[in-house]
Amino acid sequence: MSVRIFVPQDAAALALGANRVAKTLSREIETRGIDAVIIRNGSRGLHWLEPMVEVETAQGRIAYGPVKASDISSLLDAGLANGGNHPLCLGKTEDIPFLKNQTRLTFARCGIVDPLSLEDYKAHDGLKGLAKAVAMTSADVVAQVTESGLRGRGGAGFPTGIKWKTVLDTAGDRKYIVCNADEGDSGTFADRMIMEGDPFVLIEGMAIAGLATLATKGFVYIRSEYPHAIATMTEAVEIARRAGILGASVMGSGRAFDIEIRTGAGAYVCGEETALLNSLEGKRGIVRAKPPLPAHKGLFNCPTVINNVISLASVPIIMDKGAVFYKDFGMGRSRGTIPIQIAGNVKHGGLYEAAFGLTLGQIVDEIGGGTASGRPVKAVQVGGPLGAYFPRALFDTPFDYEAFAAKDGLIGHAGITVFDDTADMLKQARFAMEFCAIESCGKCTPCRIGSTRGVETADKIAQGIEPEKNLALLADLCNTMKFGSLCALGGFTPYPVTSAMNHFPDDFRPVPLVEAAE
Amino acid sequence: MNLHVSSRDIGERTLDIVSAMKSLEGPLLPILHEIQAEFGYVPQEALPVIARELNLSRAEVHGVVTFYHDYRDHPAGRHVLKLCRAEACQSMGGDALAERVKSLLGIDFHQTTPDGSVTLEPVYCLGLCSTAPAAMLDGEVHGRLDADAVRDLVAEVRA
Repeated sequence: MSVRIFVPQDAAALALGANRVAKTLSREIETRGIDAVIIRNGSRGLHWLEPMVEVETAQGRIAYGPVKASDISSLLDAGLANGGNHPLCLGKTEDIPFLKNQTRLTFARCGIVDPLSLEDYKAHDGLKGLAKAVAMTSADVVAQVTESGLRGRGGAGFPTGIKWKTVLDTAGDRKYIVCNADEGDSGTFADRMIMEGDPFVLIEGMAIAGLATLATKGFVYIRSEYPHAIATMTEAVEIARRAGILGASVMGSGRAFDIEIRTGAGAYVCGEETALLNSLEGKRGIVRAKPPLPAHKGLFNCPTVINNVISLASVPIIMDKGAVFYKDFGMGRSRGTIPIQIAGNVKHGGLYEAAFGLTLGQIVDEIGGGTASGRPVKAVQVGGPLGAYFPRALFDTPFDYEAFAAKDGLIGHAGITVFDDTADMLKQARFAMEFCAIESCGKCTPCRIGSTRGVETADKIAQGIEPEKNLALLADLCNTMKFGSLCALGGFTPYPVTSAMNHFPDDFRPVPLVEAAE
Repeated sequence: MNLHVSSRDIGERTLDIVSAMKSLEGPLLPILHEIQAEFGYVPQEALPVIARELNLSRAEVHGVVTFYHDYRDHPAGRHVLKLCRAEACQSMGGDALAERVKSLLGIDFHQTTPDGSVTLEPVYCLGLCSTAPAAMLDGEVHGRLDADAVRDLVAEVRA
């Protein structure tokens, strides 16, 4: 049998030259007459080692990285096809500490399987959850998801089972499952990785959601900045349809469910669920007032489940292994695992799935290995552009929805962006306002106008114009935006701003004006 | 992408696209994506055709086109370089890199070089936050950019 060599085609690996590596490897294999096939897998999430090439051996998979196209020749000379030793050899993949210490439930297959091979998917426990759901009543599926304690991984943390129950209990001729894959937060890439590395798990999760709520149609709304994820998901849906996983009779159940992939058009606010629904309907991505909840009146006014990619992708394992299995991980009211995305100025960036409860310090210093620049960590922004900046003094905060809320922060979509001591927090606060001004949908005044006034006020502080007065004004503006905005864009923009002001006051002190010499 | 199409051609080709896609649920965004793929931008002449076929007012279609950052009202350069401007890239020197790219190309964001070779656009996150700073050139992703790498990218689009 041919040796299987894995070269990831996750966008992060592609950005570091994985296609050149695959091309060179393919050519060299042919020239040397080596009996090997190249599999384009997803990423294992060890992004500082990408492109990470793996080879399957009798002892397990052996990893090499980071591999450049120019390394291929010497790698093959060293016996890459048999797991031979080489300076780039990392040993057995599963023994690499960054991977070994994780609890991979949602990402169990990501980086291991061929993303578009249904056989591979099934061989790694795929479709077991859906098979169980097919044999159950809708109410029992909903009860199991509720019991697992799964909460929305998009950021709001609303219990997924409760949302599903509302849709199940709401009468409607037509119901929808909408997957929010508009992952616009900087510092996050878990949705992208799962769509590129294990697309069938999302399809399976959506099909289970359909069976659970009697919805027959699903949409995956993927941001246009993710062309690779769009291509993989589109192909995976076609494969699933041909295999009878989607269509008129889901796995022979006689119950229908199908999925359509839709592409966003570059509006960050469409990650907000009601704006996303408007966008799907072909309208401007304007936020809707709630109530009515999407679960009652969502897409085209029909009862709609709208869940984040990771929420839906976590459902298959809950159905397969049971609610108790999943619930046993985690702390407090944050149950199960969370795929933490370690990004920015960090030595070991990537995806780290673990039970809730790690402290921020463990994540940044131990797992992330500190900054890439080697300078001290100044701040970490947790939860994307609407998340708070945390100073080192708060590094004992455990990764848990409630613990972060208690420190005036949020875990959001679990992205962590690390900044070294060269960061200017006034500049970061200004950027938060600027980003809100660019991306505001314009429906409510605090967000639309407040953000622009916020940029101007931050500029005045930077220029030393009436700094005390303008600092008070900025704080007041944040308060208005926080409580007066319709959605999380205007409502959460104050998190990065006020956290920067509170934790890094030195950066907001005016530059002393030099007195003009008379 | 053909930059020299008559208004009549635009109307006819738009009608073909709309006819093929209007049975979709919520067809407007997919139609606009297809029109932009066809013409390289969303021509004004396409709007009344879309409005008529979807039973919308022209103002409604205009409102949607102008809401989304992706839709252009005029053709882009031969290449489109999108530089990530979001926080993770900022933490790795993205701002300085952006200044460098702007000075190498002699243009600002949202502008096209006078020779029509490249349009420079900001993007707020490519999901490459662990390999920052990142950029996308004509749909191809690039990570861990430094001064040398952006010089190569610029040379590529200028070639």
